[in-house]
Amino acid sequence: MRKLKLFALPYILWMVVFTVLPMFLIVYYAFTNAPGNSAPTLEHFFKAIDPMYMKILLRSIWIAFLCTALCLLLGYPVAFLLARARNGAVWSLFFILPMWMNFLLRTYAWMSILENTGILNSLFVAMGLGQMELLYNENAVILGMVYNFLPFMILPIYTNLQKQDVSLLEAAQDLGCNGWRVFTRVTLPLSMPGVVSGITMVFMPAVTTFAISRLLSGGKFMLFGDIIEQQYLSTGNWNVGSMLSLIMLAIILLSMGLMGRFGSDTKDGGGML
Amino acid sequence: MSNQDALIEIRDVCKLFTDDGDEKQAVDHISLTIRRHEFVTLLGPSGCGKTTTLRMIAGFETPTSGAIYIDGKDVSAVPPYKRKVNTVFQRYALFPHLNVADNIAFGLTVKKLPKDVIAQKVDAMLRMVGLQGYNKRKVTSLSGGEQQRVAIARALVNEPEVLLLDEPLGALDLKKRKEMQIELKNMQQKLGITFVYVTHDQEEALTMSDTVVVMRGGTIQQVGTPQDIYNEPRNRFVADFIGESNIIDGIMPEDERVVIGDVSLDCVDKGFAPNEPVDVVIRPEDIYIVTQSDKGQFKGTVESVVFKGVHYEMQVRDTAGFLWLIQDTSMFAEGMEVGLIVRPEDIHIMRKSDDPNAAVYREEEAL
Repeated sequence: MRKLKLFALPYILWMVVFTVLPMFLIVYYAFTNAPGNSAPTLEHFFKAIDPMYMKILLRSIWIAFLCTALCLLLGYPVAFLLARARNGAVWSLFFILPMWMNFLLRTYAWMSILENTGILNSLFVAMGLGQMELLYNENAVILGMVYNFLPFMILPIYTNLQKQDVSLLEAAQDLGCNGWRVFTRVTLPLSMPGVVSGITMVFMPAVTTFAISRLLSGGKFMLFGDIIEQQYLSTGNWNVGSMLSLIMLAIILLSMGLMGRFGSDTKDGGGML
Repeated sequence: MSNQDALIEIRDVCKLFTDDGDEKQAVDHISLTIRRHEFVTLLGPSGCGKTTTLRMIAGFETPTSGAIYIDGKDVSAVPPYKRKVNTVFQRYALFPHLNVADNIAFGLTVKKLPKDVIAQKVDAMLRMVGLQGYNKRKVTSLSGGEQQRVAIARALVNEPEVLLLDEPLGALDLKKRKEMQIELKNMQQKLGITFVYVTHDQEEALTMSDTVVVMRGGTIQQVGTPQDIYNEPRNRFVADFIGESNIIDGIMPEDERVVIGDVSLDCVDKGFAPNEPVDVVIRPEDIYIVTQSDKGQFKGTVESVVFKGVHYEMQVRDTAGFLWLIQDTSMFAEGMEVGLIVRPEDIHIMRKSDDPNAAVYREEEAL
């Protein structure tokens, strides 16, 4: 036992230095006028709940919600087809492969596709449809987010569907279900753990995203992640930035708790990746 | 249809599976008639085609050639959900997201029956399988035997014309299995539903069935009552698969006489060609041991003795070198010189040519 505990030491050290300590610092900065003044204060909280920031927070949540819904709508059928396909594992590689590239690179790729002189617009012009304003708006941001986060929706659902017991589907058929009813009455309810972890894994990064929104909106359009980044890097107000991060954290914990309640009925299956 | 009572007719059905270019003949030209209210067991070792046959009746597999008729109608193009058959699956296949009552009610809610009718039927079923009050339990919290009962209830509540059971007792321990065998048989008799039962357990087949269908390598070896199959096996495979038996080469010089080695015995079989080579089957419990070795038809030495509870199982090597398996309530010590006696009516003669697998068999034995 003693030896085993020793092996856990580097991990504990790592956790303390890179997770617990930064967390502690964020809380410290959020509630004090550090550096310099360590007297507790709620000043930054009142600054952070400024209507301007809250509007952006609501927009971030709304965009993250839209992005998650779109990912689910697109991802479920894809996961279903992959799970039923003969070479599903090979096909799923096409969805995993882009994840091996840096997401900034992929976002820049989208910019060159969407920009006024980009691939799509060149095509439109050639077809006589004229140029369209594709980049630097909300739709471009949502497109970029959906593109970046879609694999996180597909994979847990795919894993779940693939593990489903074929004899359960046969039992449903045997008891009078046609193909559609087998899906609604057995496949879908059994895949809920996969759906829940997919939603969690898309919503979390979506609500905190910053670079994608800044690049694809051309800076016209701020999300909560961008605000936090701005507080740290350009405004230099670490205290308000820390308070904003804490608010974000609270929202994430809240939504995780909600999802957890959904998921608790249907244990196993799905699984996080 | 030739037979008024016929409920399921399997006519010259083949099933070929193709897997990565490899073709496997799972079912090879089988024909079988299953009558209404009959308890039919498809019996055979794994890979004999029994489960494939069952799955074709259920509609999960389509015959490669031939046709299956249920109630006189060709069901080849009928999907499983439109067939009046229900299945009890090998691993139960209960829906883990539903409780016991909802599992049983599944088929009825698909048919959109009124809620109170469903509740009534579910309760009646729970009572029948001895699980009153289990309505709200999670199926994952039940024991194997209880899950089995839910699976049976879930199928029977739909009042199918045929209940298909795919090795339903395979996962239960011996005692539970024996109990369920009797319960299933009682249920079948009470409800009057046709049961088609798949198993590799010959004892189970003999205990429960009206008709046993012995299968091997995708073909039917013999169809008959349990007594027929046991007492009059049609070939070496059936004799060997059903119970234990001594199978020995012999020659029939004339009717009602068989020669084994240099021993000539009376028997009751006739109709063989003069001097036709035959397989002789003698069950271990049909051989009597006498201590005076000269009084026996065969002379031999006891090589091993095993106590089996009800009887002793002994191996006796005769002077010609054949090792006889014998069951007797008395014990004869190892190394003892004994005589063996067989009554004429306990000798069963099989034509070697009756056995489609005779060649395969000899090959297997040579290995």
